[in-house]
Amino acid sequence: MNDDIFQGYKGRALETLQKFNARVWAKVKVDTTRGVFEGTILPRAENTDDKHIVMKFFTGYNIGVDIDTITGMEELGYKKAVYKIPEKEFPYSKEKPNVKLLGTGGTIASRLDYRTGAVIPAFSPGELYGAVPELADICNLTTEKLFGVFSENMGPEQYKKLAIAIGEEIEKGTDGIIIGHGTDTMHYTSAALTFMVQNSPIPIVIVGSQRSSDRPSSDAALNLMHAATAAGHGDIAETMVCMFGPTSDEYGFLHRGTRVRKMHSSYRSTFRTIGDTPLATVTREGVFPIKQDYKRRRTDRNVTILPYFEEKVGMIYYYTNMQPDMIDSMVDNGYKGIIIIGTGLGHVNKPLYPAIVRAAEKGVAVYMTVQTLWGYVHMFVYDTGRDLMAKGVVPAENMLPEVAYIKLGWALGQTTDLAKVKEMMLTPINDEITSREPYNGYLIYQGGVPEVEEFIRKFHK
Amino acid sequence: MKQHRFDPRRNYAETQAAIGYVPRKDATQQDYDRIGFMSGLEVHQQLDTSEKLFCRCPAGIYQKPEEFDAELIRHMRPTLSELGEYDGTALMEFKTRKEIVYRISNRTACTYDVDDTPPFPLNQEALDIALAISLLSNLKIVGEVHITRKQYLDGSIPTGFQRTAIIGVEGEIQLKKKKVRLIQLSLEEDSCREVSDIGHQRIYRTDRLGMPLIETVTYPDFKNPDEVKEGADYIRFLNRSTGKVRTGIGSTRADVNVSCRGGTRVEIKGVAHNRWMPELTHNESFRQYALLHIRELLKERIRDPKAWKGVAKEIRGSDLPVTIPVIAEMAGRGYPLFLINLPEFHGILSHFLQPEKTFADELTNRLKVIACIEKPNMLHSEMFEDVVGEENWKKIRQLLGAGEGDAQVIVWGPEADIPTALETVEERCRMVFEGVPNETRKSFEDGTTIFERVLPGADRMYPDTDSAPIPLADEKLDAMSKGLPVDISDRIAQLLNWNIPEDAFTYLLKNNLVPLIERIEKELGIPAKSTATLLAHKLKEIENQYDKLPGFTYEKIYQLLAFLRSKKIDPALARKMLWVVYQHPKMDLDSVLEAVGYKPISPEEIIGKIPFLVKKFRETRISDDDTDGVNWIMGNLRKSALGNISLKELSERIEQYPQTP
Repeated sequence: MNDDIFQGYKGRALETLQKFNARVWAKVKVDTTRGVFEGTILPRAENTDDKHIVMKFFTGYNIGVDIDTITGMEELGYKKAVYKIPEKEFPYSKEKPNVKLLGTGGTIASRLDYRTGAVIPAFSPGELYGAVPELADICNLTTEKLFGVFSENMGPEQYKKLAIAIGEEIEKGTDGIIIGHGTDTMHYTSAALTFMVQNSPIPIVIVGSQRSSDRPSSDAALNLMHAATAAGHGDIAETMVCMFGPTSDEYGFLHRGTRVRKMHSSYRSTFRTIGDTPLATVTREGVFPIKQDYKRRRTDRNVTILPYFEEKVGMIYYYTNMQPDMIDSMVDNGYKGIIIIGTGLGHVNKPLYPAIVRAAEKGVAVYMTVQTLWGYVHMFVYDTGRDLMAKGVVPAENMLPEVAYIKLGWALGQTTDLAKVKEMMLTPINDEITSREPYNGYLIYQGGVPEVEEFIRKFHK
Repeated sequence: MKQHRFDPRRNYAETQAAIGYVPRKDATQQDYDRIGFMSGLEVHQQLDTSEKLFCRCPAGIYQKPEEFDAELIRHMRPTLSELGEYDGTALMEFKTRKEIVYRISNRTACTYDVDDTPPFPLNQEALDIALAISLLSNLKIVGEVHITRKQYLDGSIPTGFQRTAIIGVEGEIQLKKKKVRLIQLSLEEDSCREVSDIGHQRIYRTDRLGMPLIETVTYPDFKNPDEVKEGADYIRFLNRSTGKVRTGIGSTRADVNVSCRGGTRVEIKGVAHNRWMPELTHNESFRQYALLHIRELLKERIRDPKAWKGVAKEIRGSDLPVTIPVIAEMAGRGYPLFLINLPEFHGILSHFLQPEKTFADELTNRLKVIACIEKPNMLHSEMFEDVVGEENWKKIRQLLGAGEGDAQVIVWGPEADIPTALETVEERCRMVFEGVPNETRKSFEDGTTIFERVLPGADRMYPDTDSAPIPLADEKLDAMSKGLPVDISDRIAQLLNWNIPEDAFTYLLKNNLVPLIERIEKELGIPAKSTATLLAHKLKEIENQYDKLPGFTYEKIYQLLAFLRSKKIDPALARKMLWVVYQHPKMDLDSVLEAVGYKPISPEEIIGKIPFLVKKFRETRISDDDTDGVNWIMGNLRKSALGNISLKELSERIEQYPQTP
């Protein structure tokens, strides 16, 4: 294998480089039918075409040269770029709390990956200190990379490994834990860890960034500082998500792991607590609780680790005219639990009834949540709801669909006794079901209303 | 050491003479060759598209500073470049710890603009315009457009970088006497407009942000200030010849790079008018030459520049010279006061750098920008107007243990900014040993500049991982080449050929009016020269007096001339009607005719009045001169003649009569 010197090039582009004996990172003069181009050959991203060669022009800009126009190439020199975040030893101070950062992937600090053209994370304490020196003012940081997966590839295997690693850290006496995580499925992980790590004496803070740290305006550094503050100094010993409050660089929210959800595909302030208020705000100055009923930090090291998960659990998003075979196929494929995300108060259409009955008869646990995200399942209000309950569907109160999915997997991982599963499902561990919905748990103000506009103008977005 | 009292003003004049500074009006090519003048341009031109470059917000709608729907805050952090380096400016901007506030109007900015949404595909309309201009600039068009992130940590772009892409490299333009080589042309998004920059807070509005812009970069081929302007004009004319670029205030801005021999490339940012360029480049080249002179002076005095150090000391209590009003005021604000001794810097602080500007100005401006301390932020021992007084200086020198050959600075500011302030003063002084620092400078109308930022290097480039490369196939370029406008150098030849006065060239080319003149000649049979002067003289005169209304376009001129032709009215009447058309672009042309008092009279009727008037003149004449007679009769007939008979013909008719018996 000699492909390293033609990094990322394939097909005809690769042939062209080979033909003219020009390597990646070589400074070259390229004769083309459009004129002469001079520059340094860069690696090419894997999922792009094989018709162009990428070069860095001397001004720093990148350009592509069409291989069909190339008549000659000449190497003038060679200089491989070494991309490295400056690494400095992370300072240790006796007075500061010891915080452990567990890495899962994600983009807290990152560098460019030429293979994909995307960014890959930098991670060691030294690298992080080089990139975010302010961290040393907050805590003593050590890191451990558990795995390097993108958020969408996180799953039960990773949840379990994380839970076990957290248990070990707590035993070792760590003052707080940060989990670096891609943001897409952060709320799945926060729910999983809430169930798998119970009665933790220290904060467990999941953090990520919506803008990769290779951008000057990234939220990564500030999120990390907030997370370090919450983990090292905060009094809330729960599994939390720590992400931007507003889109401005002002403060972060600490969201309870079971009530949080990613609500915008790209905003910095994408994570919101649903059906309740966030636990607290956090700045570099400290944690400022909004809720008073939280689990407080303790000095003991008692924690219960329950790393169980039944993978044959799925979710089904109801849509109008859904056919029963959607449910049948899950049952036929051996699913042991199904979360239905129903309309309104928790409804599906009548044609699904036989399929639901069949699922119940086969011992599949079926739970109902709502597409509206806010509010409770109320299956007594309409006949449909009552019918469904009679057929074995259990209303999951105001549990968020993703949380219900994680909890059902976790419960079924421990027992197949559906009565026990039901008891576990409906007994909240940390507010995945709340007994009441406060009036300020649902605030989606609409733009355009004068008083809303006035509010938006007055406070930083 | 000289015994007579040191006079900073005299030192300024002496050092100005020592470097051989000449005012621009007296400067010759020999002067510029002597100091090794060198300059290049980066000309920015907004493109006239309906939407922004990477999102679907409307382009070209502006908001007032106080008009916004929401504000948000960002801080910029330096990141690594693709080649693994931190950029110098990036680090400086980080040092300044600025809080950046963006004022967003819902009408003009979306979540993309404030970096809460990834980019949408590149605006195709903008790409096509950039391509056409690249072809006109004889640039080699890239095979694939790669969108690159160019870091800007000043906050002028909320992402912290500008998305920019090269369309072509290595081209040239033909000026009167020489060819100027072009490095590249890029298509990029415009930045925010600054509202204010005070202390640690800078406020921007996001209306202009994201509008498509091209940047044409030349090699440093200009050898004197006038060439710089000629080059800038040429590029502007070329851009405008496409008819697809924006015009008006702020739509064309150039960064001018200048150096002298032994100096460094310094970038004068955002020069809004080409006519400012000669004075700015002249002064900058001499500023650099003066800095090199300072280096020579210090070399003689200081053996080991590496060991040179400023000595800072805080003063408090009874040592505070509170009799000085500015110091009393700053002490009143609770600001700490620091004295700095600059060993061997006597005569340097008042050394000439630019007209009425000395080396001390470099310090005060860096204190403002880097340490974020508003002016006045320092006093020094070589001020033209010494407000400190010799007694106080004596005391200060004692406190610092300063020698005769030293200079002193007093700085103050919020406590948190003091370390940066002290470092900034020392750092700038140290830079003198190197020569001319790499920096960008802000320009003023008087031709002087001040420090703005450290000049960023190529290290701030990073591929945009959010957008895919765009291939540019040969077929597309071939098709586009066929529809290109005429070269500017050919247009100039054409104007010369038409005998159009040279003072009209700039106006006609700047506004891309040659195609219109051509069309009017071809379709309406009006000679090019006549239309050219109607535009470059008459219309320009009107424009100088009245603001342009939205309804007025150059197409109105065509309509006006076509209207006169259809009414068989002499086109000379257009000169009069233009005043009305310009101020009331929506008025129909028949009404304009009425408004100028036009009444159709046959040429015969007008000519028929001549004998009567000749008789009248003879009766009342006070002059025996025939010309007076013609003029008098013309004066009487002009009003009714205008539009009905050409004045030239009328005048010839009058001349056929003997005016005096």
